[in-house]
Amino acid sequence: MTTLTNPTPVVRRRVARTLTYLSLVGASVVVLLPLLVVLLTSLKTERQMAEDSGALTMPDSFLNLDNYATAFRDGEMLTAFGNTAFILLFAVSGTVLIGSMAAYAIDRFTFRFRKLVVALFLVATLVPGVTTQVATFQIVDSFGMFDTRWAPIALYMGTDIVSIYIFLQFVRSIPISLDESARLDGANAFTIYRKIIFPLLRPAIATVVIVKGITVYNDFYIPFLYMPSDDLGVISTSLFRFQGPFGAHWETISAGAVLVILPTLIVFLALQRFIYNGFMRGATK
Amino acid sequence: MPHTRTTDPSHAVKKVARPSTAAPRPPAPRRAPRKVRLWRKLTPWLFLAAPLVLLITFTYAPVANMLAYSFTDWDGVSPELSYIGADNYIEIFTRPELFQVFFVSGYYLAASAIQIGVALYFATILSFNIRFRNLFKGILFFPYLINGVAIGFVFLYFFQDGGTLDSVLALFGHESDRAWLGTSTSANISLASVSVWRYTGLNFVLFLGAIQSIPGELYEAAELDGANRWHQFRYIIAPGIRPVLSLSVILSISGSLSVFEIPYIMTGGATGTETFVIQTVKLAFQFNKTGLASAAAVVLLLIILAVTWLQRRLVPDDRVDLV
Repeated sequence: MTTLTNPTPVVRRRVARTLTYLSLVGASVVVLLPLLVVLLTSLKTERQMAEDSGALTMPDSFLNLDNYATAFRDGEMLTAFGNTAFILLFAVSGTVLIGSMAAYAIDRFTFRFRKLVVALFLVATLVPGVTTQVATFQIVDSFGMFDTRWAPIALYMGTDIVSIYIFLQFVRSIPISLDESARLDGANAFTIYRKIIFPLLRPAIATVVIVKGITVYNDFYIPFLYMPSDDLGVISTSLFRFQGPFGAHWETISAGAVLVILPTLIVFLALQRFIYNGFMRGATK
Repeated sequence: MPHTRTTDPSHAVKKVARPSTAAPRPPAPRRAPRKVRLWRKLTPWLFLAAPLVLLITFTYAPVANMLAYSFTDWDGVSPELSYIGADNYIEIFTRPELFQVFFVSGYYLAASAIQIGVALYFATILSFNIRFRNLFKGILFFPYLINGVAIGFVFLYFFQDGGTLDSVLALFGHESDRAWLGTSTSANISLASVSVWRYTGLNFVLFLGAIQSIPGELYEAAELDGANRWHQFRYIIAPGIRPVLSLSVILSISGSLSVFEIPYIMTGGATGTETFVIQTVKLAFQFNKTGLASAAAVVLLLIILAVTWLQRRLVPDDRVDLV
């Protein structure tokens, strides 16, 4: 009884440790269970789905990849991955180029209206993109970009102010003496940007590529509004369209969801450390 | 060179405005010819042209247009539109079914409070020495990276009749045949929990980063003074991460007001789960009420700006020092 009424510090510490681990395991189950069940479902046959409705039962065969084939083929996932890759390539490299140029100009030059330009970028962070789409739509439409892959590309490039800040922090940490010695050697501003600043920005570029890449890959709102055509589906919108043709075929829908999640998982496992850093930088700056 | 100052005032400004960390540029050996000077003046604008054009086209022009549309009855297509004053705004605040979407945000706001608490707890315990630390970190953060549509489907199946949740409850001997997405209250609670599942990882990683930037000696010193974990949290961690905490609060408020993806994918806004953005999208793109939708968007924007302003006033931080 003494241990109950007056637990020794050792006992108390042990209980605290156990509770800590229990909470961690509990949270992991909450995170992983919905995903694992979807993975299990994606491996079940149509017949097995019809027979028992238990979501936690094991599939008859773990090598049944038929649903993946169906999802990939009938869900036009190849087109979707192609369109996503196209948009990713242009949007991300555009963001890197534009962000680094803006940061270079703002930090390394003094010009009239410099303060105003900075304020314009700053205030823009306060305007949430979802609120202005009604009006943005009219502008995109008037450029004839509606229902083309250029609409999301332009929007992703034009509304990413966070990356400008990330670049700004890095440009500031590059010593100005580097610019100056290059200038004495006869380099002009463009050469300095291209040969000195841009290569030194590599860590910032990695951050922006990761954060922007994941955002673009996962975005639903913009492609959904601006690219309604069937052949212009990106992975989000193509997966969304599974609702219609596959109706209650959860095994196919699950396979589609796993197909979409898998690349994210691989990238995450490969680049974990950079991804954490990237998101901390991206969100707090 | 006094004459340089009088003829070229921008040069004087230049020196003042440079950040103090920068060394002063060596004075130009001789005044450059006019053409070169013009070129030099133009250079920063060449770098800024693309970013500024994009910024104005896709951020400021829409905001300005939206303000203008919000006072019209425009349908978004026809060339005709007439100014109707504040009628749209009056409609939003007087038609209860239009205003009701704000109450749905309440569920997400409550969910954010839980989310921040959970994230704070796990960030604290995982910043101390724990076995499998990186594994737990990865598991907790990963949902944030998953595609929203995929999450929508995963949880549609989760809440499905006989789906994941029902099966788990059956394991514990609790036979339930409730439709989790069937009534307005349970549907909103279910959807809000999905958003907790999805976004806790982001808060967690932000808190973790902030906690790790607190110097380790502080804990050691506190431990020597006999402080326990709770004291360490209360007097070292909590004050240390205040800026990030307040940033999270503001992000959750504006996030709660602009929920779109998950409810749109999972319920399409049915059974009382329609949020402000779903409503705006429907008004604008299904019912062609661009004027009314713009007014709604202006209201949302103003609320978010007000919240941000309030947060800046209440918790001033140094994040704004950007240049």
